[in-house]
Amino acid sequence: MDSNLLWIFVSAALVNNFTLSMFLGLCPFFGVSARLDTAFRLGLANIFVLIITSLAASALNAWVLPYAPYLRLISFILVIASTVQFVEMVIKRFSPALFKALGIFLPLITTNCAILGLALFQTSREYGVIEGVAFAAGAGVGLTLALVLMAGLREEAELSTIPGIVRGTAMNLIIAGLLSLGFMGFAGLFGQAA
Amino acid sequence: MSAGPDMKALDELLKGLWDENPVFVQVLGMCPVLAVTNSAVNALAMGGATFFVLMASSLLVSMVRKWVPKAVRISTFIVIIATFVTVADMLLAAWVPDVHKELGAFISLIVVNCLILGRQEAFASRNPIKPALMDAAGMGLGFTFALFLLGASREVLGNGTFFGIDLFGPQFEPWVVMILPPGGFLMLGMILLFFNWMQAKKQARRAAAEGVA
Repeated sequence: MDSNLLWIFVSAALVNNFTLSMFLGLCPFFGVSARLDTAFRLGLANIFVLIITSLAASALNAWVLPYAPYLRLISFILVIASTVQFVEMVIKRFSPALFKALGIFLPLITTNCAILGLALFQTSREYGVIEGVAFAAGAGVGLTLALVLMAGLREEAELSTIPGIVRGTAMNLIIAGLLSLGFMGFAGLFGQAA
Repeated sequence: MSAGPDMKALDELLKGLWDENPVFVQVLGMCPVLAVTNSAVNALAMGGATFFVLMASSLLVSMVRKWVPKAVRISTFIVIIATFVTVADMLLAAWVPDVHKELGAFISLIVVNCLILGRQEAFASRNPIKPALMDAAGMGLGFTFALFLLGASREVLGNGTFFGIDLFGPQFEPWVVMILPPGGFLMLGMILLFFNWMQAKKQARRAAAEGVA
């Protein structure tokens, strides 16, 4: 049972990294990865929202959705939107400095597909409450890792000489492609591509 | 203002297809773009579903735009979009169960496609029904076109097929990485590079022409 939880965590963080192999949460991945420290803080905020969402999705799956399956999408997105709103209010109340540093990226967590994706995958894989939290933590760590790696590489690339037409999104995409190739190596880690 | 009303409507349609193409120029809605474009069929199904959701939501948002209070507009848009995505999800499951299974959660994830919410906020909620529909059609077609281009080129290179039809015969060694995740990033990067190059050439030509004049 414990090794199963560990497997879920590692799988979500490395082997099936949300950003680099499942293409979830690409907007912040390209939008907020220009500076290392902002990228890291956004990653932490994402981990928090992911875990809360996972708990909320478990509760919805247990008590509401058996009676009204067509409400799945709408109820998930409402839960996510209110969680983000709540996190925003808490951070604003207790740490105005952090609130200022995160700026617009805090409310934008709502439209981060990684969050809704997590709730949906958790449902389709029929994870329980604890497995769901392990999945969410792994996904969050993977997301943060990808963001930080990307931000580091982009800060380096800023200082290099690169032809004008490659600069910007085209270069970021190619960097992401190479990172993604690297992460594919983790598939061999457990002897199977899950 | 020499352009008549018909010209203007056509402009709304065409700008989404090329000048403001949501994928190649605005770089919006990247997650589905990369995740489902490993074959031409998947790309078309995803494009079609997004097109439907975009049209339906734009129509409804434009109709109710005067009654939605500003403070709750984003939540209203999201609920409208989520409703139509649920409809699209059920329709696809009924009509093309195979494709629906392959696209999986990505159909539901149309809800958080920033392109759709972006168009509601930037256009449909501020314009009457007709231009809003034209804008949605243009953006939807542009999105589908980009998905198809990416999906077809990845399928041809990575699998040697086009819509499942074998193109090169048995000697062809497929470039497998193209249908795997890294191939999505690399291929889109290449296409964007091509777009930038065309843009740069166009600007250089314009600058040269101005220099002569």
